[in-house]
Amino acid sequence: MRVRTESILPYSLLAPTLIFITLLIVVPIFQAFLLAFQTADGEFTLTQFEKMIADTSFADALKFTFLLLIFIVPAQVVLALVMALLIHTRFKGHTFFLYIYALPLAISDLAAGIVWLAIFTERGFLNSGLFQLGLLERPFLFLSYQNLPALFSTLIIAESWRATAIVMVILLAGLQVIPRDYFEAADVFGANTLKRTLFVVLPLLRPSLQNALIIRTIFAFQTFAVVLALAGRVIPVLTGEAYNWYALNRNANIAAAYSTLVLIFTVIATVVYFRLLRTSTAEAGFD
Amino acid sequence: MAGIQFQSIRKIFGKTLAANDVSLEIKDGEFMVLLGPSGCGKTTLLRCLAGLERVDGGRVLIGARDVTELAPRDRKIAMVFQSYAVFPHLTVFDNIAFGLQMQSRPRDEIKRRVEDGARLLELSDYLARYPAQLSGGQRQRVAVARAIVMQAAVLLMDEPLSNLDALLRLQMRAELKRLHQEIKATTIYVTHDQVEALSLGDRIAVMQNGRIVQCDAPMNIYDYPANKFVGGFIGTPPMNFLPGVVRVNEGKPIAAVGESHIAPSVALASALIEKNGQPILLGIRPENLALASAQHANTIRARVLVVEPLGSHKLLTVQVGAEISKVSVAPDQRVAPNDDVWLHFDPEKIRWMDAATGDAIHPG
Ligand SMILES: Nc1ncnc2c1ncn2[C@@H]1O[C@H](COP(=O)(O)OP(=O)(O)O)[C@@H](O)[C@H]1O
Ligand SMILES: [Mg+2]
Repeated sequence: MRVRTESILPYSLLAPTLIFITLLIVVPIFQAFLLAFQTADGEFTLTQFEKMIADTSFADALKFTFLLLIFIVPAQVVLALVMALLIHTRFKGHTFFLYIYALPLAISDLAAGIVWLAIFTERGFLNSGLFQLGLLERPFLFLSYQNLPALFSTLIIAESWRATAIVMVILLAGLQVIPRDYFEAADVFGANTLKRTLFVVLPLLRPSLQNALIIRTIFAFQTFAVVLALAGRVIPVLTGEAYNWYALNRNANIAAAYSTLVLIFTVIATVVYFRLLRTSTAEAGFD
Repeated sequence: MAGIQFQSIRKIFGKTLAANDVSLEIKDGEFMVLLGPSGCGKTTLLRCLAGLERVDGGRVLIGARDVTELAPRDRKIAMVFQSYAVFPHLTVFDNIAFGLQMQSRPRDEIKRRVEDGARLLELSDYLARYPAQLSGGQRQRVAVARAIVMQAAVLLMDEPLSNLDALLRLQMRAELKRLHQEIKATTIYVTHDQVEALSLGDRIAVMQNGRIVQCDAPMNIYDYPANKFVGGFIGTPPMNFLPGVVRVNEGKPIAAVGESHIAPSVALASALIEKNGQPILLGIRPENLALASAQHANTIRARVLVVEPLGSHKLLTVQVGAEISKVSVAPDQRVAPNDDVWLHFDPEKIRWMDAATGDAIHPG
């Protein structure tokens, strides 16, 4: 009797989560697959993918998605690491900075996009500020299709502002569970701040770095609302194209093909991070 | 090599005075034990020396150098942490080598010193392993090896044996003593275990509430505790304390304990005459009490409550008046519960203490 309840208990505790995930995530993913790989008659086909690749925006969307990723992920991880290490020193007033740093967590990505639109637009806060300081004679067009580097930079700034906080929170949480003795041992045995960070803090932070990179990369593949708000379709991204095919062109199949592609990239990225940042079995004590 | 001086060290955490004007001088090469109950400030004092805690007052000197304002890495110390703090992401070799690598020593020198250290602590076969692949005792040795390869003038240890099981602790205790005889570094060793303190220390500094209450050689601390706290903290079982009153008869002081009279040693007599009529405590260790068959000088009536044969001796719990005392007797002593006996006090071994302050009374 006891044995039976014990074997059922863990499953019954997991059940609500499993049901939730199945209904809201697994089923839609499966449906998206069907949409992407099936004809209207329900036969297997790759034509949706062929149409997607032939789409004029596809190459640009692919390029900009990866460009954003390449700029944003390292910038954010480094920035978040510096912020987390600073907060972790518990300097006077560090909680104030923690709140400031964490503030963007509470803001939805579309709202963030609109906030930055208000800053960067032709008569936005930045231009009027610079004008009043006498630094500009007429507004600088940050968001013009004629100045792609400027436009792209605003995306990176806005995205970094919006999503660095989550990386910092993950890293700070990781730092805080590392016993202080390790840092003190590093100090006593002669490490300066740089050596301590390189040889003790970062290696011990590896599990959190791994999580932060995975989460951040997944989010970077899904960058959408901020791009939409600031760049419209001037800078296409994969998720944006999925949205356009679905909402504007009313073609759920090609939209699903885009989504499937994003999913594949996400899975590949996750696997790569797991392999690169893996703790050896010897280090974990499993052999 | 270097001696150490704590000069009026003060450290405050909120409202806790963790170090209350502590002064202590440790000689070059000495093994000093900081002993006291949990929370008395031992770790704090050690951390002030290591530079892991800023002092709120006073100076710390290592050798002739005032290190009060220096960062830990500039103090030329090595330390064994209570939690060991052996880096989990480094092999045993790299852990032991850590301090030397931070000093950017030449590769072959690091290799030689790490291998020497590993040999000294019997870790040679484990150099390629990670800490997670070691037992607790081995990890503790890695922490010790990492500290001693530094050949620092000062070696600090914070309860290094407290996480080991009893048998291993006994073994490592002897090993640490051998190690100190070999390397002769000035060592400060923190423990709350009085047996460890007696066994290891050249001197013991007994702490209470952020102060050092007595600092002396182990046997002096044991035989001549400075106050009731020290006598009660050291020894298993601890010192007995029997309350009495000083009476002076024909110019000779005695302690009246119930119906009985206990005479002091000749040296103490004059100091006690001044305390005529005052309450005192007679501190005496269980092994300095003996059973007598009849009333003699310096005997008190007692009733045996419990008899515990412990192999090398018998431990008796006896009732003296309203007080409970422990008595240690030879294993072949014939005694049974409910026996009425006479306890003989060895006058030379009694520590007379002021009942109000608990401080030992010294020969006037
Ligand atoms: N970082 C700290 N913050 C606040 N109080 C502390 C801190 N470290 C120690 N204390 C307090 O100081 C006193 C002495 O602590 P400690 O030196 O660790 O004692 P011990 O090592 O003798 O057990 C204790 O009352 C402890 O609670
Ligand atoms: Mg302690």
